[in-house]
Amino acid sequence: MDGAVRLDGAGLPARAIPRPAGAALRRRLVHNLTGHGFLIGAVVCFAVFSWYPMVREIVMSFQRTRRGVTTWVGWHNYVRLWHDPSFLAAWRNTLTFTLLALVVGYALPFFIAVLLNELRHARGYLRAVVYLPVMLPPASALLLFRFAYDPSQAGIFNYLLHAAHLPTSQWVQSTSMTQPSLVIAATWMNVGSSILVYLAALQNIPGELYEAAELDGAGLLRRLWHVTVPQTRLILSLMFLLQVVATMQVFIEPLILAGGAGVNDSATSVVYLMYQHAFKQNDLNGAAALGVMLMVVLAGFSVAYARLSPKQD
Amino acid sequence: MDTAARTLVSPARLRRPGARRVYWAIVALVVLLFTVVFTGPLYWMVTGALKSGPEVAQIPPTLYPQHPQPGNYAEAWTALSLGRLLLNTVWYAFGALAFQLVFDVAAAYAFSKLRPAFGNALLGLMLATLMIPSTVLVIPQYVTVIDLPLVHWNMLDSPWAIWLPAVTNAFNIFLLKRFFDSIPQDLMSAAAIDGAGPVRTLWSVVLPISRPILGVVSIFSLTAIWKDFLWPLLVEPSADNRTVNVGIYAFSQGLTQNVVIAGAVIAAVPTVVFFLIFQKNIMSGLTAGSLKG
Repeated sequence: MDGAVRLDGAGLPARAIPRPAGAALRRRLVHNLTGHGFLIGAVVCFAVFSWYPMVREIVMSFQRTRRGVTTWVGWHNYVRLWHDPSFLAAWRNTLTFTLLALVVGYALPFFIAVLLNELRHARGYLRAVVYLPVMLPPASALLLFRFAYDPSQAGIFNYLLHAAHLPTSQWVQSTSMTQPSLVIAATWMNVGSSILVYLAALQNIPGELYEAAELDGAGLLRRLWHVTVPQTRLILSLMFLLQVVATMQVFIEPLILAGGAGVNDSATSVVYLMYQHAFKQNDLNGAAALGVMLMVVLAGFSVAYARLSPKQD
Repeated sequence: MDTAARTLVSPARLRRPGARRVYWAIVALVVLLFTVVFTGPLYWMVTGALKSGPEVAQIPPTLYPQHPQPGNYAEAWTALSLGRLLLNTVWYAFGALAFQLVFDVAAAYAFSKLRPAFGNALLGLMLATLMIPSTVLVIPQYVTVIDLPLVHWNMLDSPWAIWLPAVTNAFNIFLLKRFFDSIPQDLMSAAAIDGAGPVRTLWSVVLPISRPILGVVSIFSLTAIWKDFLWPLLVEPSADNRTVNVGIYAFSQGLTQNVVIAGAVIAAVPTVVFFLIFQKNIMSGLTAGSLKG
């Protein structure tokens, strides 16, 4: 701080400013420098690892580096991606994954939370049990699912289906079942955190609201629809945003369960395709273009969400 | 636990004799179903890892190991070099936590209490990164990490490549700032009158009150580094430097099923133990971030 004060004294035209104002100015400057001193570590990290990469990704997507020579190529990388046979499959798969994950991973935990909130017993146990998978390293859980999805009856899923006289499935070996298989595994791993967040929101609903609704003759479903849902509206809409943004980045599930691309590109996700371009095809610029597309889609979704979502007041 | 709180179903209705029975049936069903769905796979893992090679591939599968082979765990420990992987992960996770605690706490304190010029603009720029998840930026981040601008430092295969980017956790800064905002200004003024500078105020006034939020931030930071996959896969490419989450995937190619599963179990043990110890803090932490304050 010593240096800062001296800089202040030397840098100001001390004679032109009356003394009290000079002292106040100096105090403000010292105060600001102290504040920025506290900020500097985080700001440098954000600048280097977050803000600069954002700009750099856009720049890279319009360049091509060959043998150390970088040239501007306009929309060439984007056009190239469009002609990549996996490109449309990757987007289709990612959207399918996101939609399926919304159906199972978004609505289901809400109803589970409503159910758990009604129980007066075994509460602590049930909470711990649903959250346990969330704590596992994802690779651990997915390696287990990889063996469980074995298309023969050595896989536990097919064994159970067979034992229950239900049709068995080829799971990740079948193009139509690949995405549902990925969603099942992803939901098992992540559903616990949504359930607990919803449970916390449910516990904040004042009991009088339910009593009043009941006095008005509202049945169970009407109370659910007219009290529970509106009272948790904010958290429901926030979780919707978080879930969509998280599932659009799907990568580890296709990689471990289906070896990345799966049968006929049925597993390829956008982030997996990006990884392929950058680290298997040595095409960082194409990967950056794909990153920009995903960035635009996600940012666009967040902005649309911010405009349409209920305001907190 | 507030068992008396009124919920969807009215307590009067629950007290009716028939309803009592239905309620207990539901409790039993839910407990059974959830135990099977959420801990069943864990049982399958632990016991599958004890089976012999032929038994684990057998049709139909056996429900418990006929001839338990604890040796599989020892084999997995060496084949996957799990000791190394776990040590690496602990080193990355706690280092990243230290950097986050120092830089993010300092930043949040500046945003909340010191409020220097352009503070709000910088905070806005940081929070804006919440909309752009880091997965989307891995390519330029990777290019930055292998050749840091201006200083031309290649961080690949060093812990710095995980530690420093971990600081850019805008959600942590948001949580911390919101907590610091709730600390009354009187306390701050009192410290100032006693002659405490900003560092001393942060250390002796703000941090002691902030223990709960620091606990939450720490737990989630550690878990996030432990569970991260794509970033450590890219920036720690050498077999010696892998994290446990990447390592058990990378080393599992070509190993038999029972050994891979044994490795997956060992990899999961530290996190499960961590969860059982900090269960209360984790549960309360889940609500800290999401509910309106």
